[in-house]
Amino acid sequence: MSISSESAKAYWGENLRIIMTYLAIWFVVSYGAGILFVEQLDAISFFGFPLGFWFGQQGSIFVFVVLIWAYVASMNKLDEKYDVQE
Amino acid sequence: MSVDMLSYLFIGGSFLLYIGIAVWARAGSTKEFYVAGGGVHPIANGMATAADWMSAASFISLAGLISFVGRDGSAYLMGWTGGYVLLAMLLAPYLRKFGKFTVPDFVGDRYESSTARIIGVVCTIVISFTYVAGQMRGVGIVFSRYLHVDINTGVILGMAIVFFYAVLGGMKGITYTQVAQYCVLILAFTVPSFFLSAQVTGHILPQIGLGATLETGQSVLATLDQLSLDLGFAQYTAGKKSTFDIFCLTVALMCGTAGLPHVIVRFFTVPRVKDARTSAGYALIFIALLYTAIPGVAGFGRVNLIQTLNGPDNAGTEYAEIPSWFKNWENAGLLGWNDRNGDGKIQYAAGAAFDGKKGKPSYAEGDERGEFGQRLATNAKTDAGFDAAKQPFANEVYVDRDIMVLANPEIAQLPAWVIALVAAGAVAAALSTAAGLLLVISTAIAHDLMKKTINPNINDKQELMYARLAAVVAICIAGYFGINPPGFVAQVVALAFGIASASVFPTLMLGIFYKRMNTQGAIAGMLVGLISTVGYMWYFVFGGGNSADYFMGVSPGGFGAIGMVLHFIVAIVVASMTPPPSEEMQRIVEDLRIPRGAGEAHAH
Repeated sequence: MSISSESAKAYWGENLRIIMTYLAIWFVVSYGAGILFVEQLDAISFFGFPLGFWFGQQGSIFVFVVLIWAYVASMNKLDEKYDVQE
Repeated sequence: MSVDMLSYLFIGGSFLLYIGIAVWARAGSTKEFYVAGGGVHPIANGMATAADWMSAASFISLAGLISFVGRDGSAYLMGWTGGYVLLAMLLAPYLRKFGKFTVPDFVGDRYESSTARIIGVVCTIVISFTYVAGQMRGVGIVFSRYLHVDINTGVILGMAIVFFYAVLGGMKGITYTQVAQYCVLILAFTVPSFFLSAQVTGHILPQIGLGATLETGQSVLATLDQLSLDLGFAQYTAGKKSTFDIFCLTVALMCGTAGLPHVIVRFFTVPRVKDARTSAGYALIFIALLYTAIPGVAGFGRVNLIQTLNGPDNAGTEYAEIPSWFKNWENAGLLGWNDRNGDGKIQYAAGAAFDGKKGKPSYAEGDERGEFGQRLATNAKTDAGFDAAKQPFANEVYVDRDIMVLANPEIAQLPAWVIALVAAGAVAAALSTAAGLLLVISTAIAHDLMKKTINPNINDKQELMYARLAAVVAICIAGYFGINPPGFVAQVVALAFGIASASVFPTLMLGIFYKRMNTQGAIAGMLVGLISTVGYMWYFVFGGGNSADYFMGVSPGGFGAIGMVLHFIVAIVVASMTPPPSEEMQRIVEDLRIPRGAGEAHAH
C-alpha cells in the first residue's frame, strides 16, 4: 500500500462522513417527503402537483441523480487530497 | 404502411442489429465472457446497466401499475431508482476494487469459505430465475400481440434470440447489445410519452405535463382525482396501503436494486474504481429519463382510458362505436366486457366486472360471441364491488394492467410508426434483462461452482465451455417458466428484489464496512435472510396464506426489508460470538477502502 495507515484511516473517516451526509439527504427526500410526511406536504401545491405526491413520483428521482454526481465529485476531490486516485 | 408491417420491420430490424453486434463482439476468453475484458467506458456501461436494469416490468408493467394504484406506485418509482444511490456509495467502488467476477466470488473470497460461496451461488440463482421468468413471459406477450403468434411461440422466439447473443457473446456481446437496446427502449418510451403529453396538456415533457392545467381550468391531477372519485375508485393522489407497508416495500426494492447480481456485475466491467462510481451516475441518469416520464404516461393513460371507455357524457360507449384497440386486446384475452345491464354500452367504474380472481374474464376454447360481437366469458356473472352510493353504474370492463403502455399509443390514436416503435422497445427491454440474468446464472455455475468449488483444475477454455453450456440450460429453464408462469410479470419481479435485499445486500455491506464480519456470521445471516423471505413469500403468494395474517401488515413484496433486518442482526450477533477473520483478510478489507491499485487486483 502506498499510503500510511494514519492517512488511510483519515481518508476512510472522511469517506464515511461524505456517505452519511448524502444518505441523510437521500432518506429525507424519499422516505421522509415521499412516504412519512406525504400527507402534510400534499397540502402544499407545487407546479400543479401536491408536493408530497411530486416527491414520491418524480422529485426524489431528480434528487437521487444529483446526489450520485455530488458524491462522485466529492470523492474525486477526496481521492486527490489523499493522493489515492488511480 | 399498416401497424403490422411496421411492427415486423421495427422488431426484425432491431433483431438484426443486436445479432450483428453480438457477432462483432464475440467473447474469446473467460475475462471477456464474464466482465467484457474489464475495459468498458463508463457511459457505455451506464447505458448497458440501464438496459440490463429496465426490464419488461419497467417498460410494460410499471406505468400500468401506477395508472391503477395512483400514489402507492411511488414505492416502485423511488425504490427502483433510489437503490442506485446505495449502489454508488456503498457497494460499487469497493466491489470493483476487490476485483472479482461475480457476487458469489466476492462472498466466497471475503469470507474465506466455500460454504459461503455456495450459498452465494444459491442466492444468485434463486434471484435470477425468479426475475427471468417474468421477462420471458413479457417477451411472449409482446410477440403474441404484434407478430400474431401465440404466447408460447413468442417465448420460444425470445429464447432463440437470447441464446444467440448471450451464449456467443458473453458479457462483451451483451454489453454492446445492451447499449443498442437502451437506445431503442428509451426512444420507444419517450417518443409516445411526448405525443401523449402534448395531446393531453400541450406540454411536450410528461414530467411537466402531469402538473399542467387542462382547458377546463382544472389540473390534470385534480381531474384524475375527480374522475376516480366519481366512478367509485380511490382518489388518484391519495394512498391506500398502510404507511408502514409502503415503507417496507420501498426499502426492499431499494436494497434489492443494490443487491441484484446482474446489476452488480456491471460494475466489474469498468477500468477503475472512479469509473465504477461515475458509471452508477450515468446509469441513474439514463434510468431517470424513463422513470420520470412514467408518472405522466400513467396519469394521461388513465384519463384517456376512462374518457374513451365512458364517452364524453361519462355514461358509457356503445360497443359498436368503440375503437379497434379495444377489440384487439379483447381478442388477446387481456380486456373483457361483461354487459351487466344489457344496454349494449361499455361502462367502466370501480369493482370487478367478472366473477373470480381479480375480476378477470376466462374465455373457453373457441370464440363464442355475444349479441354485440363481444367475446363471451365463462365467468361473466358477478354482483361484487358495486356500490350505488358511490358510483353511477356497475363496472363492466376488465383491463389487464400490463397492457397500459402497449395500448396507450393506440388509445391516444398516435401514428402507426409510434405503435411499432413501442413494440420494438418492449422487446428490447425484456430481452436485455433476460440476457443479463442468464449470463449471471451461467457465470455463477461455471466460475463459482465448477472452477472455484468442484474442479479448480479446469482451464480457461473448459470454463468457457461450461459457461456456455450453463447458459443453454438456463435459457431452457427460463423458457419453461415463460410458458408456465408462476404469477404475473410485475409481481414475480417484486419478489426477486425482496430476496436480493434480504440475502445479498447485507452480506456485501457487512463484508465491506464491518471488518470484524466473519465466515460464521455471513453464513448464518444469508441463510436467515434467504429462508425467512422465501418462506414468507411462498406461504402468502402460493401457499394460500391470508392477507389478514401478514406480519405487522407487511405484504410479501415488502418482506425483504424485514428479512434484511433479521440478516443484519443474526450476522452481527453470530460474528461477535465466533473468532474474527484472519489478519490477512482484515488487511485486505482495509485495502478495499483505498481506490488505488484496482488494476492489479483485477489481473488474475
